[in-house]
Amino acid sequence: MLNRRTLFQSAGVAGLATALGPLAGCATPALPARARVVVVGGGYGGATAAKYLRLFSGHTLDVLLVEPNAAFVSCPISNLVLGGSRTMADITVPYTTLAQRHGVRVVRDSVARIDPGKREVVLASGPAIGYDKLIVSPGIDLNFDAIEGLRAAHASGSVLQAWKAGAETAALRRQLEAMPDGGTYVLTVPEAPYRCPPGPYERASVIAAYFKAAKPRSKVLVLDANPDVTSKGALFKKVWAEDYAGLLEYRPNHKVLSVDGATRTVRFELQDEVKADVLNVLPPMRAGALALSSGLANVGGRWAGIDYLNFASTALPHVHVIGDAIALAPAMPKSGHMANNHAKVAAAAVVAELAGWEINPQPMLTNTCYSFVDAQRVVHVASVHAYVAADKTYKTVPGSGGLSTAPTVQEGHFAWNWARTIWSDALA
Amino acid sequence: MTLNASALPRAVAAAAALAALAAPLPAAATDAAALRVAALAATCANCHGTQGHAVPGSVVPGLAGAPAGFVLDQLKAFRSGAKPATVMHQIAKGYSDAQLAQIAAYFAAQPAVPAR
Repeated sequence: MLNRRTLFQSAGVAGLATALGPLAGCATPALPARARVVVVGGGYGGATAAKYLRLFSGHTLDVLLVEPNAAFVSCPISNLVLGGSRTMADITVPYTTLAQRHGVRVVRDSVARIDPGKREVVLASGPAIGYDKLIVSPGIDLNFDAIEGLRAAHASGSVLQAWKAGAETAALRRQLEAMPDGGTYVLTVPEAPYRCPPGPYERASVIAAYFKAAKPRSKVLVLDANPDVTSKGALFKKVWAEDYAGLLEYRPNHKVLSVDGATRTVRFELQDEVKADVLNVLPPMRAGALALSSGLANVGGRWAGIDYLNFASTALPHVHVIGDAIALAPAMPKSGHMANNHAKVAAAAVVAELAGWEINPQPMLTNTCYSFVDAQRVVHVASVHAYVAADKTYKTVPGSGGLSTAPTVQEGHFAWNWARTIWSDALA
Repeated sequence: MTLNASALPRAVAAAAALAALAAPLPAAATDAAALRVAALAATCANCHGTQGHAVPGSVVPGLAGAPAGFVLDQLKAFRSGAKPATVMHQIAKGYSDAQLAQIAAYFAAQPAVPAR
């Protein structure tokens, strides 16, 4: 952990490196001495960026990761905590290995603001940290104010989101456990784009599996603002028809207008109101708060515009934005795997820029997204995305990618292996 | 300011040398090219582990230190459909011959056991 003195001294050194500018005309390019990159946010994007900045630079870059939480809690797999087959401990990974093994300086704080002129981030606790390059991975912000009554209902604990995994994940599990047999769990889904397109349908499925085993007279009701299941639709619907008939009901085109926390009632733009025993409302989403307050969210006031070649912000110089906060390229999901891949492209680009090298003109991204349909069986969707210079965006490589043909236990093993491996890739 | 010619990891430089054999790269961009190959191979790390080092007990094989010819053959067999898979046939179709060769050479150049 850094103290104030260390921060200020280091900021001075970073300022010096900045003033001397990039190297030019060297036969063997190398990084400017003590060049510093600050990474904001320790999720799938930020943690991976911090680690790979160290790896790609041969551990020569000074890398600071600013993250307020003591440990990483994974959103992927958190639905299994709701279903009861995994625990919070299973989805929690400490940040200590990033520091000990990779030399990332982890600063447990949050960034209050960015000063692009001084190239500094100002921490919530007061000190400023200078940077040569800044990578912002702020995730998503849940817009509770978009739904009348939701902020109060959420604050009271009666209506949870549990979309950002953490204490709410455990709290929603407790609500489900306490719900009497014969009760109704209602999950509302916001209009796309939102974090983790198949996540709501996975959640509905694994909770239906729990009900089927533990309280079979209960019901899962999915009320979706979208016109249809937004991801893996045919696969989910087949499982729902075959395994959860009478237990799980899906209704499209349900846009939530208001919520009453006291009675756990949800009202819609068009349809009749619905009363739940456990009400789980996923609010509309936008780029994380720092992206909005700093002006990085310059696409519709909601998402961060970037140059897809290197994830450089189109709003602020020397700032890169990765993960769920960006304005999406075609067919690109907001997923942890995708954020991890953004991070590697951005880290490589930042190292190249600081070394005075040409940025990779053909970056590649992959995405593999596993969804559980019960505690064991899984379906996936996979894609490979190549940067297309002529269009300045990523496009899926023709012929690549695809879906599972059916849920299998084998893919369940691969899904858990994916989780353990990507947590290690980002954090260990 | 100090110039450090060995700023990039030796393993990456070695991978670049092998990649240069497998798929010719511009000679003037050797270090930048090594970085590109490392970043390309990093798209495999989500499932196969950082630099190809699988997590303990992994049901997905690690790739670090695997012979380049073997890995390349496997990747091409996934891509053609000759080798059945749950997902690798879909992923492998996203990469060109040259990219697959670079990836195979990169992992062959990694130590089988990570240096820690």
